[in-house]
Amino acid sequence: MTEAPLLEVRGLKKHFIEGRGFFGGKATVKAVDGVSFSVMPQESFALVGESGCGKSTLGKLALALEKPTTGQVFFDGRDMSGLTSKELRAVRSQIQVIFQDPYSSLNPRMTVSEILTEPWIIHGRYKDRKERALKLAKLMDDCGIAKSYQSRHAHEFSGGQRQRIGIARALALDPRLIVADEPVSALDVSIQAQILNLLKDLQTQRKLAYLFISHDFSVVRHLCSRVAVMYLGRVVETADTEALFRDPQHPYTEALLSAVPVPDPAIVQRRHRILLSGDVPSPLHPPSGCHFHPRCHYVQDSCRVNDPALLPIRLGQSVACPILPFKDKRSAAALIASPEV
Amino acid sequence: MDEPVLSVRGLRTHFMTSERTIKAVDGLSYDLASGKTLAVVGESGSGKSVHALSILGLLPDSPRHSVAGEIFYRGQDLLKMPLAQLRAVRGNRIAMIFQEPMTSLNPVLRVGEQISEVIVHHQKKAKAEAWSQAVSLLHKVGIPNPEERAEDFPHQFSGGMRQRAMIAIALACSPDVLIADEPTTALDVTIQAQILELMKGLQREFGMAIVLITHNIGVVAEMADDVVVMYAGHPVEIASVDELFHSPKHPYTRGLLASVPSIYERKERLAAIPGQPPDLAVRTEGCIFAPRCVDVMDRCRHEDPPDFQLPRGRISHCWLAEKEAVTWRR
Repeated sequence: MTEAPLLEVRGLKKHFIEGRGFFGGKATVKAVDGVSFSVMPQESFALVGESGCGKSTLGKLALALEKPTTGQVFFDGRDMSGLTSKELRAVRSQIQVIFQDPYSSLNPRMTVSEILTEPWIIHGRYKDRKERALKLAKLMDDCGIAKSYQSRHAHEFSGGQRQRIGIARALALDPRLIVADEPVSALDVSIQAQILNLLKDLQTQRKLAYLFISHDFSVVRHLCSRVAVMYLGRVVETADTEALFRDPQHPYTEALLSAVPVPDPAIVQRRHRILLSGDVPSPLHPPSGCHFHPRCHYVQDSCRVNDPALLPIRLGQSVACPILPFKDKRSAAALIASPEV
Repeated sequence: MDEPVLSVRGLRTHFMTSERTIKAVDGLSYDLASGKTLAVVGESGSGKSVHALSILGLLPDSPRHSVAGEIFYRGQDLLKMPLAQLRAVRGNRIAMIFQEPMTSLNPVLRVGEQISEVIVHHQKKAKAEAWSQAVSLLHKVGIPNPEERAEDFPHQFSGGMRQRAMIAIALACSPDVLIADEPTTALDVTIQAQILELMKGLQREFGMAIVLITHNIGVVAEMADDVVVMYAGHPVEIASVDELFHSPKHPYTRGLLASVPSIYERKERLAAIPGQPPDLAVRTEGCIFAPRCVDVMDRCRHEDPPDFQLPRGRISHCWLAEKEAVTWRR
């Protein structure tokens, strides 16, 4: 790849100091604990993981809504922490966000046209009234919002229509990167499909890159070309989507994929499910060594001590697990990859 | 088929406000055999949860509502039962678990007390005996160190453990029917897998029937024997799980199945169902799904189809099923 990444994250850490502990001590939540990845122009890159894995915090860091504890975020080659607030504002017009909950992320006192034109007012674009009206009509049309909705308020709409408004607002400034934090998880499946199709179409039309944050593997497979799987603040595996689904390497990825309910009773009967025991440990007290070791089926003594590094195993796929060579590859992974067996 | 343990006949639950009547459930019938799982699947506003609350008489007083039809539990109509008698069934023979375990557990009562309370109430046992039974139930639902954890309050439990505690409460009197309303929706996928496996194991052990209410098509495929697909208060299709997934009859079922992305294949585009679900207060002429249906015919816009009964107990609420129908009912 000779192209330069649009977003690059290097050794990023975000630690929150959690008030005062019981004996006056301080506890640290390592929400993001040493993460590096890059998103290429026009690519859709997914951060996947269960609640508390740090994926949303990572999204906020990418948007420069949070300051990293250490590490850097580069957008288009520029370190965002070194920017003045004026420069940051200019960069931010190129990185926009779509939120999960279309009910709380739209101002109830603004009309649709006010919501969609506000970014232009803030950034001083399309000052000519006629031009603004034209641009607004085009934007609404692109996102599948009927013209007649312009003067209506958000509460008059269903979840799917609100999410269209949220998407249109994110697109108003013609950004190059969109951080989408669980954009379809609050929607019903028939509406979810409409929004996923819209996101896909918009990506092609507008040459967008997505940083797509999700817990839903099937949605990720549909929309994204590369994936990073997170567990307790760290990336445990990153790969091209197809490779990840065909042959998941990290024991956690393998278990996660096998846990996804499959909408086909015939596959359900054939597949082998790896059931993880216990809960995700509290990020206040992450386990020693590899964070996943207490729930891992392949755990070795060394895993309890050594922190595994994310190492490339083949082109485009990196895994943070040193015991891979000892893992029995006839297990679930193979069955998942070929349900027709 | 065995004598059904739960039989719903023509259930209609309507909410009345000053200006309008909302038909949340409008004509639902099904049979549930003992030891089987029936999934009621639908999107928000399809009436799936309201139907469950109607069965147990748990709908709040306000807004005003009417529940019509019949719900037979072992031959007795729950809707005609005096309250005292219904209370002896509820939580005892028919138990329920809810989506959000944190809001359905009492935050100021120890988990053990919340379980033993049920045993004391329904089985008239002494507190100490009920407590030790609560501990063994916690053990059964897979809570480690159950003696100690029974002393905990709900906030000391994780989401998955809270749902396990809810299940322990529901199982306290070994019910015949367990109604599970979105039991895993609030949980992470690895925890969801644990809870689903737990429910399956307990079903085998106790032989209870499960009414599983969910919007997740994957969970339906994992758990159900039979499926009721609901749309806007109407059951549009009823079939066994294999038949439903392999030869869906109703266009809504087909649309629903096609709109779900899969982890096994990458579809270029998802076949989304166009439009939005209808407003339940507006009376439409003809089939309620007609405005969004890809196979819509002229007739559908004027004439609501009956429930066509197909071979092997299948039902489809669609004119397209007329040719195959054995019989039909309104």
